[in-house]
Amino acid sequence: MNKEFNRRDFLKTGGIAVAGGILLPSMLTGCFSGPGATSPLSYQLNDYLNHFGVTQKMIMDVIAEGLSRGGDYCDLYFQHNINNTVALEDNMVNRAFSNVSFGVGIRVISGEQTGYSYTEDITLNSMKSAARTAANIASSSAHMKVMPLAEKQLPGYYKINSPWEEVSINDKIPFLQYMNDKVFSLNPAIVKTNVSFSDQTSYILFANSEGIIACDYQPMSSLNTSCVAEKNGQREQNGYGSSGRNDVSFFDQANLDRIAREAVESTMILFDAVAPRAGEMPVVLAAGSSGILLHEAIGHGMEADFNRRDESIFSDKIGKKVAESFVSIVDDGTTLNNRGAINMDDEGNDVKQTYMVDNGILTSYLHDRISAKHYGVEPTGNGRRESFRHMPLPRMRNTYMLNGPHKREEIIESVEYGIFAESFTNGQVRIGPGDFTFYVKQGYLIENGRMTRPIKDVNIIGNGPRVLQDIVMVADDIEMSEGGWTCGKGGQGVPASMGQPTVKVSRITVGGVNA
Amino acid sequence: MNNKERMELAQWASNFAIKKGATEAAVAISRSRSVQVEVREQKLETIRESTENSLSLQIYRNNKYSGHSTNNLNKHQLETFISEAVEATQYLSPDEDRVLPDPSLYPEDMSKNLELVDPGYAEVSPEFRVQTAMETEQLLRQGHPDILSATARFNDNTGEGVRVHSNGFAGEWANTYFGTSASVSIMDKGARPSGGFWAGQRFLENLPKSDEVAQKALEDTIKQLGQEKIASGRYTMILDNRIAAGLLFRLFQPMSARNIQQKNSFLDGMLGKSIGSEHLTIIDDPLIVGGMASRHFDNEGIASQKRTLIEKGVLNSYLIDNYYGRKLGMTPNGGSTSNILMAYGNRNQEQIIRAQNKAILVTSFNGGNANSTTGDFSFGISGQLIENGRIVKAVNEMNISGNFKNLWNQLIETGNDPYPYSSAQTPTMVFSGVDFSGL
Repeated sequence: MNKEFNRRDFLKTGGIAVAGGILLPSMLTGCFSGPGATSPLSYQLNDYLNHFGVTQKMIMDVIAEGLSRGGDYCDLYFQHNINNTVALEDNMVNRAFSNVSFGVGIRVISGEQTGYSYTEDITLNSMKSAARTAANIASSSAHMKVMPLAEKQLPGYYKINSPWEEVSINDKIPFLQYMNDKVFSLNPAIVKTNVSFSDQTSYILFANSEGIIACDYQPMSSLNTSCVAEKNGQREQNGYGSSGRNDVSFFDQANLDRIAREAVESTMILFDAVAPRAGEMPVVLAAGSSGILLHEAIGHGMEADFNRRDESIFSDKIGKKVAESFVSIVDDGTTLNNRGAINMDDEGNDVKQTYMVDNGILTSYLHDRISAKHYGVEPTGNGRRESFRHMPLPRMRNTYMLNGPHKREEIIESVEYGIFAESFTNGQVRIGPGDFTFYVKQGYLIENGRMTRPIKDVNIIGNGPRVLQDIVMVADDIEMSEGGWTCGKGGQGVPASMGQPTVKVSRITVGGVNA
Repeated sequence: MNNKERMELAQWASNFAIKKGATEAAVAISRSRSVQVEVREQKLETIRESTENSLSLQIYRNNKYSGHSTNNLNKHQLETFISEAVEATQYLSPDEDRVLPDPSLYPEDMSKNLELVDPGYAEVSPEFRVQTAMETEQLLRQGHPDILSATARFNDNTGEGVRVHSNGFAGEWANTYFGTSASVSIMDKGARPSGGFWAGQRFLENLPKSDEVAQKALEDTIKQLGQEKIASGRYTMILDNRIAAGLLFRLFQPMSARNIQQKNSFLDGMLGKSIGSEHLTIIDDPLIVGGMASRHFDNEGIASQKRTLIEKGVLNSYLIDNYYGRKLGMTPNGGSTSNILMAYGNRNQEQIIRAQNKAILVTSFNGGNANSTTGDFSFGISGQLIENGRIVKAVNEMNISGNFKNLWNQLIETGNDPYPYSSAQTPTMVFSGVDFSGL
């Protein structure tokens, strides 16, 4: 409802996914006819062209149509997406879902203006018609030349050994059942368990008017387990999930056991939880998922579309000191097999490690093609989109803080009364005022330098620039979150991740009760 | 493809699934076309146009169940798609509650015209969309000297589709939608508060005009100037009618049959009991003429009917879909809500504000969450502090926290001002003694 405003949602996938499904390999039959097309992992550019039933000549014709009204840039984003989910409830693997989508998005840029259209019917006529729609953003007699296409070779930030299309539903069912049995075996108070397993395969073919053509194979998998426990008439529910651009070998017994244990422990601890006091207090953020702080407090505000429009609280702060010199924050598309890893961004640019804050100084926004041109800088590889149905926007990938000089123990010992925040479900930010929130599912009170009683279900709210200034200690124990984070903006969700060492913020407002 | 052709394709797909070994099948086919324009600085920032097709299929094979969707409606490709869906379903565990709804739950009469299609939709021109957004954006820019950025949008959508079940249901639907919105950022001593306004309607003529949209977006932003957090404490909370649905909808998840059956609801065992104050009456009415969420049947083909979900604080009904209804031994009544109405009070927001000694008017939520198992909640907010019947200060960066078991009992008044531009026509609501955390 609020997506048209400068409000960014950040949702973690729940215990049960609702889209996805069963293996449908023969949807591909008849599409691939290129030589050597035995495994999707070894497909070459020609296989992708065959897959989508297009030639380089057709692509160049469509691009020319897109530029026919005087636009200065055009790109085509072909995508074939296959989602599968298998889920367990009430001790049975009794549901499965699949979704297949196929189409091409056509974008024309004229200055900072964008025309966008897509078609699910990949024929020359349909593509040209969509290109004419997108072309209407421009009205100039200028004619950009369509450059001849040359293949861009991509790095391999998510090499996997077995494609998900070759893992049958029969191979997945036993490990869902194993998870269920494991969870129930860990604690007799567990009364319900849900397990869901999703995988996604995305075939992408990209081409633009600057002569780039590239293809990418993007895998993703997520395992989520949630459970309900009952104790003395009280019920609590929680869960744990792991997601990344991994293949089936990731889900070995050690990982399954670990995920089951995390789900049970994070649920059982809630029975002892108390409410913290309401108001401002020191907050210690555990290493790992508390990178959500960075995502909300600074990441969204550094997306350059907000800044080129003067809407962000960070719009006038590049080059300024915004944090202690031991604070460095990056957004990185290259972390191997991470949810936020991409081999190129969705507008054909290289990805890299982008320093937003370098030793306390605000260094770089996160750019898409339009904003990079606006600021006269190199693109940072942050132009991302949910699917062929959406136009790219500046988006985060994997956002994390580098290690600092302190130790976890000394950070906790430094707090007289505050909270230790450990796991999170969602966050949000208002770009202009800079107030951001994140929801702590579970953590602890810190009293007199020691972690004491557990806490649950408290929202934390702060102001981005002020909280950056109030980061007073950073430990040396960085961890990446393995949660299935999906970042929402402008009605589009993209997979992202985050990480952080243990961090102390000297004061921030914690939702709680008034004495 | 029109709905008649979609119906034929859906019948064929259902029959084909049965032929391939499904015991029962449900098929829904739809098409949606949408256009959106966005204007900044009197220039088109974006135009977006698209048409999306979808076929979704539910397979029941000897009480084994799976669901599938695709945007490829080519019959030849669908044969493969359906064959594999039926094939894959056999590997799942059987579950006796996995069957289509009993035909007695399907609508008997769908002849009432719900008037969801604006007959003038086809005549809405590209120029009109752009001109509307241009006008709104210009009015926004003229509205305040310190505007940093102003954006106006106009979007519309037309959709139609069919649903076919192999045990005797066939229904179709069609609707149009028009939306207009505006957002503004204003420089305010380093902070850049942004606000806005949006509205949606099925008929273009009911949509607010550019001057109203611009005016309301400006008001929403200007009233945020100077915002800061204030002392933590218990305050009376006045919840703006425009955002009240955000809180109300948090009640629907714990009311769902799935949450009840999965022991994941603080409302388990509360049917027929009081869960809120006498001011809390919630009505779900899917048959309102021209309603934003009106429909003859839901996404399981179950007949729409008006129902009072909560009456004077007493929980009358869960939201019961077919599968979990069977699990719970309850008659399915539709697992999702449609148009939401409430019992309305006697005063408007202005009158309510004038009557407060000290209160916080909450005009925006900022993140937060609620726990449907326990009822615990904690949300970020911004709004205005009210003292002696007057708005005295803008506040932000605060949380409200508590438990829904208490909060809905603290509802002491509803306004007479249902929000007209949404499927949830929530009024201004007043809650006593809410925990706010700030300084």
